[in-house]
Amino acid sequence: MLGTLRTLFLTALHAFHRRATVQYPEQKPYLPPRYRGRIILSRDPDGAERCVACNLCAVACPVDCISLQKTEADGRWYPEYFRINFSRCIFCGFCEEACPTYAIQLTPDFEMGEYTRPNLVYEKEDLLISGTGKYPDYSFYHVAGIPVPGKARGASERERPPVDLHSLLP
Amino acid sequence: MTSIRIDGRDCPTRAGINLLQACLEAGASLPYFCWHPELGSVGACRQCAIKQFSGPDDTKGRIVMACMTPVSENTIISIDDPEARDFRASIIEWMMVNHPHDCPVCEEGGECHLRDMTVMTGHNTRRYRFTKRTHRNQDLGPFVKHEMNRCIACYRCVRFYRDYAGGDDLAVFASHDNVYFGRAEDGTLQNAFSGNLAEICPTGVFTDKPFSAIYTRKWDLRGAPSVCVHCAVGCNTIANAREETLRRVLNRYNADVNRYLLCDRGRFGHGFVNAPTRIRTPLRGIGGQQVPISMADALTTFARMAAQGRIVGIASTRAALETCFSLHALVGPQNFCTGQTRHEQECTELAHALLARHPGALPTLHEMESADAVLVLGEDVCATAPRLGLSLRQSVRQASFHTADDAKVPRWMDAAVRTLGAQCPSGLYVLTPAPTDLDGVAAQTRRAAPDDIARLGFAIAHEIDPAAPPVIDLMPDDMQLAARIAHTLVAARKPLVVSGMQYGAPALIQAASSIAAALARATPEAGLSLVLPECNSMGLAMMGGLSLETVMEQARAGEISTLVIVENDLTRHLSQADVAELVAAVPDIVVIDHTATPLCQQAGLVLPVAAFSECSGTLVSQEGRAQRFFQVVFPPAPIQAGWRWIQALARSLDPPAPHMTGLTGWQDLDDVLAALAPVFPHLAPATQAAPGADYRMNGQKLRSQTYRASGRTVIRSYISVRDQPPPSSPDTPFSSSMEGAYGPDMPAALVSGYQASPWNSVQALNRFQHEIGGPLRGGDCGIRLLSRAGHPDAKAAYATDIPRPHAVQADTVLVLPDTRLFGSDELSTLSPPVMARATAPTLGLPASMVTSGRMVLHLDDGPHVLPVEPVPGLPVGIALCPAHMVARAFRFPQMARLETVPDEEERS
Repeated sequence: MLGTLRTLFLTALHAFHRRATVQYPEQKPYLPPRYRGRIILSRDPDGAERCVACNLCAVACPVDCISLQKTEADGRWYPEYFRINFSRCIFCGFCEEACPTYAIQLTPDFEMGEYTRPNLVYEKEDLLISGTGKYPDYSFYHVAGIPVPGKARGASERERPPVDLHSLLP
Repeated sequence: MTSIRIDGRDCPTRAGINLLQACLEAGASLPYFCWHPELGSVGACRQCAIKQFSGPDDTKGRIVMACMTPVSENTIISIDDPEARDFRASIIEWMMVNHPHDCPVCEEGGECHLRDMTVMTGHNTRRYRFTKRTHRNQDLGPFVKHEMNRCIACYRCVRFYRDYAGGDDLAVFASHDNVYFGRAEDGTLQNAFSGNLAEICPTGVFTDKPFSAIYTRKWDLRGAPSVCVHCAVGCNTIANAREETLRRVLNRYNADVNRYLLCDRGRFGHGFVNAPTRIRTPLRGIGGQQVPISMADALTTFARMAAQGRIVGIASTRAALETCFSLHALVGPQNFCTGQTRHEQECTELAHALLARHPGALPTLHEMESADAVLVLGEDVCATAPRLGLSLRQSVRQASFHTADDAKVPRWMDAAVRTLGAQCPSGLYVLTPAPTDLDGVAAQTRRAAPDDIARLGFAIAHEIDPAAPPVIDLMPDDMQLAARIAHTLVAARKPLVVSGMQYGAPALIQAASSIAAALARATPEAGLSLVLPECNSMGLAMMGGLSLETVMEQARAGEISTLVIVENDLTRHLSQADVAELVAAVPDIVVIDHTATPLCQQAGLVLPVAAFSECSGTLVSQEGRAQRFFQVVFPPAPIQAGWRWIQALARSLDPPAPHMTGLTGWQDLDDVLAALAPVFPHLAPATQAAPGADYRMNGQKLRSQTYRASGRTVIRSYISVRDQPPPSSPDTPFSSSMEGAYGPDMPAALVSGYQASPWNSVQALNRFQHEIGGPLRGGDCGIRLLSRAGHPDAKAAYATDIPRPHAVQADTVLVLPDTRLFGSDELSTLSPPVMARATAPTLGLPASMVTSGRMVLHLDDGPHVLPVEPVPGLPVGIALCPAHMVARAFRFPQMARLETVPDEEERS
């Protein structure tokens, strides 16, 4: 009898505790910026695609769910297609870690349920966002010694202008 | 046996090599840049520093460059010594000071020797905080991409390009840390071996430009051993593919043939497999229109055709042995044509017969490099067999090697040996009608008509062996030249005679054989090499069959009801009129080809066949080496190997003809070869060219993708998200995926790529060899079908039909083919980068005959107006016409009339 009353009391006491349940989807939980959710491709501060199709994300992917093909325009490398099969993705974030240009990033969005698997295959158009994501200032081509439209040879960070081969000066 | 001690471990090694080679052969990982097995040592990069101790009591030691220090008995060295390690780490740090931050957009990424070496030394943090030196790039043409910022100044490129391949338009400019490797000004690299820069360069300065357009990292490429199909030399290649398209062709090491290098035609000529000229579905000719039909319809159509009467099969010198043999089985020996004109067939069969009974050596390309006297008799080898030309260029260095041996300078000490060799005489004589790329290194050249060269050749044979028939009425200076060449050849330890059928002159081949046979009496090492035109010319010479002329005669007589033409463009062999006559005389024509040829338009049935990258098969090179190429691309359904199409045709017949026994029952490539062996005993060893499809290593198939291939679960998910089993081929021991065995000890014929951690670049090859520059760990690659005639004393009958001297005629010229490296070959010309290198056809004339800028050449098929180019040294009365570029079916030699275009016409 006493045990039963105690149980009732303890149960009733929970009515006054703070609630752990979040009323999703009416109420959205807070997810930190480094949460590993839906993958996006970002752009550099100039608005151009950051991805240079180096294939490092694809090779780092433990479930082999990223595939792309390199193409080139004016010295810049781009992915001709960039495909992620989210029905295979395990959101491990290795791709983000491998990316040398901060192009591929995981976002705090996980709402990507679909009724059919083919809808989980994201192409480049589905992945590319119009912002810089988590890294607002970085631009790979400002650092790399490759000339691109708007940045001449020798104009990258910590570079001298091209050598004059005809000079005999030491 | 010499033994050295590396870090306390006793390692057996060989005398005469340097410590770097010894360390690599002992399995140690010692970083290096400027040393290359084929180029030797110059000690430019200082990367291979090690500690050498003067004896067991020496604890201090001294730092030496491993590549510049010869091995001696009981040498004690240390690679792991902290001081040596620090030295190497600081050298690489120094090299990386100016290296741009661009690995993600570098084509070398994933197979970069610089990256491998940097990781090997342990340098990983950048301390240098000042500015980097930069360079402007150059446009080096359609083959090679230039990115000078990545250069580490190892000098490999210029050493290869200038010293090894004889090019003169790539050089090093400027001074101190500004050195620049490039051309004097932008422009296409002219050397025929420029593509090798991509493999020679340890960084990404020179990269493969066509591959860059369809770029894929090395780890994503599927690889299969392949054989080049663009000439008869039979260079070994690696075909790389991804997403069922061929991406690039790389060199595959074969110690006897191409070794470390490949010519540009072989490297960049593969584009025809992805070209718009490919046939991808069966086509049926209905009322002059080619209509796509299903495979089943195609086979019923053929069955209906075959019921009408006799079938004749035309094979091809560019088709694999298996395809030709299955056609042979389908139509029977009496109806099997080799697809060559009588003249071509006589020349190749003569070449085969002469090689088979040559009492001396039949040298491989590698053996040719050590020939100390070479006579090139009437063949521009640099155009018809470029890789062979490169080997002959190396043979010129023999004298310098002998001088170096006398001076006790090791042969790998490259700069010293080249300095010594600057004064050494060349033992190369080039006797050709037109200038060749070898002229610059030749002791003497002689320009004459093919018949005159043949006469000179017979005179040389007579000088060597008086039993050989003499040549009467020879000019005095020709007699002197013959005597001089004969003297050089007789004095040589390893003389070599090279000829071929470029000019269609059997007398040249006979003369070359006579010289080599005469030499072989005294020098058993006397070599003979004959250049053939196509990748399987030798295979078909061994099979034999009817000539195209015989087929024409039978067609005219109405004896042929169906003609099955396999991988052969008849319009390159028969004139337009002949082809039209053939089409009119034969009711049904079936063309089985991968590339649309002009005859496809007239064919009743066209079947799409697999190109070299899409099926497996065997080719016989001009030195009689049977080599297997393997499937790397799995094409969509109707495209299949030639022999499978012919088998399908045979199965559609009811009832099957008696000579087809077995044809319909073959399951895989090994069955075809097993059936071939009893029919053609000469070709029987071809079954052993590579392990069969049942070969397993550690109980597994061999993998053809790297263990880190990416995108497996997504690459075809835009078609279907469900996983498909990887494609498989019953003809090869390869799995098409990353599953399977792989290792440096796998059979040499099955090496699908080089990677041995921590070596990810092509330099990983040193892990696949016991001895650097020696055969692969997996044994020899391919099998020789020709061997030295058993009895060297056999009195080889000298040919007696010496031609008469070439007489210059007033009104006509002798038209000879101007075979071009780019443009003359059938398939490579369809490849876009090669197309970009091919220049417009011109008519080559001796300067004295050039009367105007354009002239009219009256060939069999009508007049051709051509721009004229004066050719220095060309004998009077000879005109050079680009082979197959002016008249598609250009037969030679032929006499033709030449006319000047009147000036008014030229202006209009």
